Amino acid sequence: MTRKERLALTEAFRPQLRKVERRLMLKSSLSLGALTLLTGCDLADGDVTDRVLWAMLRFNDRVQALLFNPVVLAKTFPPSRITKPFRFNAFYDEDSVPDVDGGAWKMAVSGLVTDKTPWDLKRLRALPQEGQITRHICVEGWSQIGQWSGVPLHIFLERVGADTRARYVGFKCIDKYYSSIDMASALHPQTILALDFEQQPLPAEFGFPARLRIPTKLGFKNPKHIAEIYVTNTNPGGYWEDQGYNWFSGS
Amino acid sequence: MTEAEPQAGPQPETAGPPRRRWILIHPLVVRITHWINAFAIVCMVMSGWQIYDASPIFNFVFPPWMTLGDWLGGGIAWHLAALWLLVVNGLVYISYGFASGHFSRDFFPLSARQVLLDIRSALTFNLKHTPGVYNAVQKLLYVAVLLLGVLAVISGLTLWKPVQLPWFAWLLGGYPTARVIHFFAMSGIVGFVIIHVALVIIVPRTLPTMITGRARLRPGEEIV
Repeated sequence: MTRKERLALTEAFRPQLRKVERRLMLKSSLSLGALTLLTGCDLADGDVTDRVLWAMLRFNDRVQALLFNPVVLAKTFPPSRITKPFRFNAFYDEDSVPDVDGGAWKMAVSGLVTDKTPWDLKRLRALPQEGQITRHICVEGWSQIGQWSGVPLHIFLERVGADTRARYVGFKCIDKYYSSIDMASALHPQTILALDFEQQPLPAEFGFPARLRIPTKLGFKNPKHIAEIYVTNTNPGGYWEDQGYNWFSGS
Repeated sequence: MTEAEPQAGPQPETAGPPRRRWILIHPLVVRITHWINAFAIVCMVMSGWQIYDASPIFNFVFPPWMTLGDWLGGGIAWHLAALWLLVVNGLVYISYGFASGHFSRDFFPLSARQVLLDIRSALTFNLKHTPGVYNAVQKLLYVAVLLLGVLAVISGLTLWKPVQLPWFAWLLGGYPTARVIHFFAMSGIVGFVIIHVALVIIVPRTLPTMITGRARLRPGEEIV
């Protein structure tokens, strides 16, 4: 990364940095006590710790990007290993899952692409489809094996004429969730724009009409109910990423 | 095993006339890496408890006051920041341990028979203490905690990169099993820390030695 790019990245993160400072503050008195005891640092200003932690998050993003090997595939499993029942998870309760009309749904495409025509389900279904049975790992530590199928994202990006030298692919969702991934992970063969779960159209709770399924990243990097996909060189962050979850979060 | 920290024999810089009563026990590298490690382990364990609490493996959680990072995101940020301190510092110590002969001289030979003999001596208050020499139980504990540290790092890397490091995941029996192994590696390390700190409390003169590196010989104690 050039110095200019680094500055741009820092600039892109600045509002989020400010926004989350509170959340990364160490409120536990014992934690502060232990730290002060061991380092002798003056932690009256908790922001110093937060700045170090944020710098380390960005450092870990870079290390993970270096560790990412585009040809390594996530382990796949036989159908007998599929977790049942499959657990619902979102930043809201299951009764708040958006009710989307699949017939009226259109997915916008924007940013560094040549074809910005919106997509509907029929057109997406006409593209080549691929399936996978992979482990979905939550940032909280639990995991479950599920079956998804849909359009490989690299095929979709090619169809819309995406600039694949761009750095990021961002996702905006119907439920106001948002996330983004690096281009290398977006082009990984197992990264799919999933339309089906267990060989049936995605149920509402698992992201109808379309979601991202990316087994090389943690669960929160798999946005559901996608409303828009865009290609950009400015890191779009994400709902959880902006609060302090590691942005790259590669598996 | 009441002498918690004696380590090396007399070093050239302290080898002087026999009447000299201070000897170097812990070389500078060992002291620095010890305290950096102590800080890193506290950060790793307390932030690890924060992460554990987000999705407990067993039927309990750690009370929030014992955890670091305020919420899951903060806990992970701490864990993956302190990780670098732990690993870089650990590699310096391990390299030093092999290169300087610290491991081969102070931790080995180590036999099950000698461990049992020393446990029996300790329980009957007959264990002989020699500054600069570890008894067999100490050797066993230090070797065990080093191996547990390696296991914690390997299982942790497996949880961090189960896709990119497939051999680790395979070796440890898959992602969910690696979580349990990571937890037990932590438990072993915490168990060691409890014994280690308890012994320092019982024999407080070992604490300044880990700071200054020097121990004063008592009448009748020999340097070996």
